[in-house]
Amino acid sequence: MSLDQLYQQIILDHSKARHGSGLAATESPQGTSTGQSHQLNPVCGDEVTLRVAVQEGKVAQIAWDGAGCSISMASASVLSELAQGMTVAELHEAIDSFREVLRSRGKVHADPELLGDAAAFEGVSRYAARVKCAMISWVAAEDALNQAA
Amino acid sequence: MDNAEVLRIRNDFPVLNQLVNGQPLVYLDSGATSQNPLSVIEAEQEFYEQRNAAVHRGAHHLAVEATEVFEDARQTMADFIGADYAETVWTSNATEGLNLLAYALSNAGLWAAQGRGDQALKGLALKPGDEIVVTEMEHHANLIPWQELAFRTGATLRYIPVADDGSLRMDQAADIIGRHTKVLAFTHASNVLGIINPVRELVALGHAAGALVVLDACQSAPHLPLDVKELDVDFAVFSGHKMLAPTGIGVLYGRQELLDVLPPFLTGGSMITTVTMERAEYLPAPQRFEAGTQRISQAVALAAAANYLTETGLDRIHRWEADLGQRMVAGLEGIPGIRVLGPAAGKERIGLAAFDVEGVHAHDVGQFLDSRGIAVRVGHHCAQPLHRRLGLTATTRASAYLYNTTDDVDRFLEAVAGVKAYFQA
Repeated sequence: MSLDQLYQQIILDHSKARHGSGLAATESPQGTSTGQSHQLNPVCGDEVTLRVAVQEGKVAQIAWDGAGCSISMASASVLSELAQGMTVAELHEAIDSFREVLRSRGKVHADPELLGDAAAFEGVSRYAARVKCAMISWVAAEDALNQAA
Repeated sequence: MDNAEVLRIRNDFPVLNQLVNGQPLVYLDSGATSQNPLSVIEAEQEFYEQRNAAVHRGAHHLAVEATEVFEDARQTMADFIGADYAETVWTSNATEGLNLLAYALSNAGLWAAQGRGDQALKGLALKPGDEIVVTEMEHHANLIPWQELAFRTGATLRYIPVADDGSLRMDQAADIIGRHTKVLAFTHASNVLGIINPVRELVALGHAAGALVVLDACQSAPHLPLDVKELDVDFAVFSGHKMLAPTGIGVLYGRQELLDVLPPFLTGGSMITTVTMERAEYLPAPQRFEAGTQRISQAVALAAAANYLTETGLDRIHRWEADLGQRMVAGLEGIPGIRVLGPAAGKERIGLAAFDVEGVHAHDVGQFLDSRGIAVRVGHHCAQPLHRRLGLTATTRASAYLYNTTDDVDRFLEAVAGVKAYFQA
């Protein structure tokens, strides 16, 4: 397993682009119900606060603030793009699938149809110490969705 | 010491002789935990193969032998730090030593309030208005026990600030340490900054104020000659696993007259004289603080580790590691986008360096180095307040020991030089 399979270009790009970041600068669309979750990894100090706005069963917007390693920041960025326009049920399905892949130690392959760019995080599952980095924003999204429900 | 001697030393450390990600392991994480030489591993094995028994009880042969090597180990550790036998208390590690002390001090307040113990004990009790002074660079182990002691007693916790170069603001220390100070606790050498603190000046300030002075020797006892009597501290703690010994063993040093007055922290078997249904009388130190069956094999192994270090020579180890530390910092300062914490190259530091790579998170730096077989520590190194003070959340730390060569440092530096390009930062 080479380092390049962990740090794929798409991950490095997302870690810099940070799509969806900037909570304060982003207003939740009118008429949406929102949930917000703060997640912290005390081991490395990675931190994500993520807000999800839901309207008529669909994800209207994801916005987040965070600080952390490239894996955690890229993961939040990818999630923000992926979730846009998904139904709440679809996002829950994507989160469950992402978690299954990440916890599989390389045994479960990601479904690119369902996970899009997030399939690039498949390689992270072989680095046990980094799984939490990739998961942190997805855990926050799950918690935020439950609050918005 | 020189590289040739280090290469001989490395033969004593089997774990160092392995490939990691296809490359020879460069272990630069001894500040977190050190590796064990064969003599230490064998000392523990020999104990289990030949002498294993509970100490201080039983009249049988093995019990006598186990007690003998266990107490010999204590004498070895007492000699190692210039203390007396009865001043050397076994703990699990430095964290436990500091908690033991903090709880013994709050128990002193509880005892005094109920008229238990003598006048000397009363003087150790903390009350609202009293102050506990630590520094901004403390490891959480030498911070949180004092926060909690302040909480339990109503005392106030105060900080000696750190200057931008990592040194303590001694001008302010002189104002902060004063007649309200009951405890002054600080680290001998910083696990993040690599700086060695001015122990004598701090001890003088603490004792002039009538405070108990507590030294965190975790990063000094394994690496340089330590004499607690010469430094004149009242208490000192360190962990075995950072000095070539197994996990689960450490030492608390305390001045005899203080240890004999302090109430115990953990109570139970092995630390009592007379027990009735209502109450118990306690043994003097060190047994007073060693309730229950002790960490016997680990104590024996720690003594073997201390002997290994003494035979190699702490002075020589210290000089070698200081050279490695200078090589690290000089090299790091030459790499664009690297900020080294603590003293600049040329200024005194121990053999470790923590640093920030502009635009690359420490976790990614550590992963990149690991892919080259180089083991370092990433994160806040259990010093969040210090990192916050320096405007950082996480850094990468390389920490050397007597088994590291200059080649190890050079391979580390070469890898760090490639970090920014790899992450396109």
